[in-house]
Amino acid sequence: MSGTHTSIPLILAGKEIRDGLRNRWVVAATLLMATLALSLTFLGSVPTGTVGAGALDVVVVSLSSLTIFLVPLIALLLSFDAIVGEVDRGTMSLLLSYPVSRGQVVLGKFLGHLSLLGFATLVGYGAAGAALALTGADTGPEGWRAFAGLIGSSILLGAVFIALGYLVSAVVRDRGAAGGIAIGLWLVFVLVFDMALLGILVADQGKTVTVGLLNWLMLANPADAFRLFNLTGTDQVSQFAGMAGIAGQIHLGPVTLLAVLAGWTVLPLAAAALIFSRRQI
Amino acid sequence: MSPSVTIDHVSKLYGARAALTEVSLHLAPGQCVALVGHNGAGKSTLIKLMLGLIRPSRGGVRLLGEDPAGAHAARLRRAVGYLPENLAFHPSLTGKETLDFYARLKGVSRAGNAGLLARVGLEAEAARRRVGTYSKGMRQRLGLAQALLGQPRVLFLDEPTTGLDPALRQVFYEIVQELRRAGVTVLLSSHALTELEGQTDRIIVMNRGVKIADGTLAGLRHLADLPVRIRALGAPAAMVADALGTLGQVSTDGHTVECRCAGGDKVAVLRRLTSLPLADLSVVEPSLDELYAHFLRQEQAA
Repeated sequence: MSGTHTSIPLILAGKEIRDGLRNRWVVAATLLMATLALSLTFLGSVPTGTVGAGALDVVVVSLSSLTIFLVPLIALLLSFDAIVGEVDRGTMSLLLSYPVSRGQVVLGKFLGHLSLLGFATLVGYGAAGAALALTGADTGPEGWRAFAGLIGSSILLGAVFIALGYLVSAVVRDRGAAGGIAIGLWLVFVLVFDMALLGILVADQGKTVTVGLLNWLMLANPADAFRLFNLTGTDQVSQFAGMAGIAGQIHLGPVTLLAVLAGWTVLPLAAAALIFSRRQI
Repeated sequence: MSPSVTIDHVSKLYGARAALTEVSLHLAPGQCVALVGHNGAGKSTLIKLMLGLIRPSRGGVRLLGEDPAGAHAARLRRAVGYLPENLAFHPSLTGKETLDFYARLKGVSRAGNAGLLARVGLEAEAARRRVGTYSKGMRQRLGLAQALLGQPRVLFLDEPTTGLDPALRQVFYEIVQELRRAGVTVLLSSHALTELEGQTDRIIVMNRGVKIADGTLAGLRHLADLPVRIRALGAPAAMVADALGTLGQVSTDGHTVECRCAGGDKVAVLRRLTSLPLADLSVVEPSLDELYAHFLRQEQAA
């Protein structure tokens, strides 16, 4: 056998990246994230002014909320079509007639899509951070650490929803249905889940829902794991976020939270690969 | 020589619907086989089974001696080329980039790609353009180029010439002949039967998931035993009928006299006809279309 110089997943990832650059997807996503991040950064810093605790901590709080809304949406839009769309268009049967396993197809697409999303997040949020630094705002090393954590965990949250999107794409037979389910997932994890949780907490008045149970419930939603990671990460941030009270009660360290996010990525990804490998093309 | 592809009593069900029922066949190296049948006859399903894209519900499939959907399938597919029926490429890549992408996936050097594009008649200018701008013919040329990557030992061409202009069709069959001489197994499915004449060693006729005929064109003609038509010009119909007696039926449009006779009586009929004062004589063998129609009728009657 003649040697392949690059591994199959990397070749597939490279193609996804080129596709993303060609169809202006990256440009659009990066611009969107940069615009929203910059607006939040400068509008957000108006009320606090330049005095008080680190301006970056405020930014981390506002960008965390932005991530929770935007990143899952972008990730799902990027991924819901990945398998069902290629099957539908007929490119998948040709691809699978090559020496490529279906697991490699899923992994390759994942690496490619994650790179695209990672680039958009890094540049978009990075622009906000750089702009803030240029204005000479109060930014300590602690603040930058929280900011780096925000960018990293945003990309990880993106990975979660890319994996979930693939799972939908591997299961569903119809592109339209896949799109609908993807939007449904976004609504559930980003809006409905927290509202339902809040409703339960209010109705329950702390009778049956203990702190331990609340911990587990929060882990059932990757968006909440992300929120906890960023809003309770440092003391300053948690004060700003109004999460200081919760942070004291929630017994989940940052490592646990990141592990939860990683689990939320790996499991759906593995399930997508498994289901796809059994699918009739 | 061991067969390149073996299909052994294969059935494929989609829910309750049978796409293939108890199909068995072998494809030998250097053989060019046409898979014939109308839409829904099971041609594409058969090819997808051979590629390992789908698994049989019952029966066994062997490609180059191994299970095409098994653990070594990826390695096996280095030796396979496939041109799908509904060919689609990623529209944002250029022709050259597309071929490079597939060459890398197959672990083949990209050095030969320019030559391959030239071989299928895709010009360098066209190869620099995005595939999204391609015509059907250009896409099909690129499709053939990717199927030829890495000198495959087995080539599956699903409806390769549908919608192509005659010049391109010619190029297509020239390449197929070259490959066949090089010992490649070529399986091509089609419902354009007439163009297959003289291009294939063997014809497999499918109908509703069942193999209803399998053999060389001559063999199938023999099997079907369809009447041969002999057209004579220059002699009155009555004279021709007189000469033939019970050997054949004679009809005329007032100008040409047409005699229909059994294949076995052809020579005897010709001998009698040539003794008549004719201006011209032509023999029309049953066409592939007629053969196909015959096997379908036979199947329906059974």
